[in-house]
Amino acid sequence: MNFPFENPGIPLLVLAGVLFGYFIESAGLSSPRKLTAQFALRDWTVFRVMFTAIVVAAIGLWLFDVAGWLRFDALKIPTMFFWAMALGGALLGAGMAIGGYCPGTSVVGLFAGRLDALFFMLGMMIGMTVFSLSYDSLQTVYQAGKGPAGQTLSGLTGLPTWLWLLLLAGMAAGGFLIGNWFESRRGGKISAKELASGS
Amino acid sequence: MTEHKPREFFPPLAAGVGLGLTLMGMFLISGHGLGASGFFTNVLAWLGTLAAPDWTEMNSYLGNYLGATHPLNSWLSWELAGAAIGGLAGSLIAGRFRFKIERGPHTSAGARMGFAVGGGILSGFGASLAGGCTSSLGLSGGAVLAVASFVFLIAFFAAGLLVAAVAGRIWQ
Repeated sequence: MNFPFENPGIPLLVLAGVLFGYFIESAGLSSPRKLTAQFALRDWTVFRVMFTAIVVAAIGLWLFDVAGWLRFDALKIPTMFFWAMALGGALLGAGMAIGGYCPGTSVVGLFAGRLDALFFMLGMMIGMTVFSLSYDSLQTVYQAGKGPAGQTLSGLTGLPTWLWLLLLAGMAAGGFLIGNWFESRRGGKISAKELASGS
Repeated sequence: MTEHKPREFFPPLAAGVGLGLTLMGMFLISGHGLGASGFFTNVLAWLGTLAAPDWTEMNSYLGNYLGATHPLNSWLSWELAGAAIGGLAGSLIAGRFRFKIERGPHTSAGARMGFAVGGGILSGFGASLAGGCTSSLGLSGGAVLAVASFVFLIAFFAAGLLVAAVAGRIWQ
């Protein structure tokens, strides 16, 4: 086996997308009320689903790499631009707390019938237009705090990948327990029934 | 449309394992993870070529999104077409599909649309600045243990918590 493929072809890309949308919807993450309940610490589904997905995918990719079936250096690993990523990440968090979605969940939300997702998409297009208009004057922020190309946690710390995977799995487990504690005190998870009966 | 009883959501752990295997599969077949915001940048670049072709080509940001091929001729378009099908099929099968403007119990539909546009503006600007979104930087970068992604994720959750502490009434 020689992953990744040079060209996956359209059917496989669509299939990956179908599963992406299916699991987002099945987790309840096409609902802005459920997504924002994470930030109220009432419903920890966002944290649980994201952290589980990251740990599962990271362990899987590591196993493929160890088995020699994957050219890990051919994978796309984002390079850090500290301020762009910290500020951009903060704006996306604020955007979700106010607008109820992130870019991906707005697509799934729209196709699960939520018309408010269209307005969120309209807002995104406006925000991106403002960004492209101010791109030249943003260069200092955009480029500031650049890290080494494609640096991973192992590259940064010198700790082996398997140890980071254990640490992340442990952090996930700890987060789930903290989530349980909050959920039992703040009303708990928002159910599909509650969403269907409300607005 | 509301007579169907909605089936309950998957447990988060189960959905997370499914999403994680999907993400791993995407890396194996394509070398990159899942994404979303880049599609909207492609749409903007395409609309720009229709409405103001000279300006779009000259713009130092959007110009990068105009290559030899059509801006929508990208893996992102196929992946998100799939995500739309997956979201539609999943919600229909489980009886959860509803046409509605989803909002908090104390928020009017008009206010909700305004907040959706406002939050969208922050998200569109933020995704362009960060060079990715919760999917491409948070999930996908996290799966390859990129330092950049953990900076992004910490900022995402911290800002979400802070803003919700002030603006949480929109939803609760």
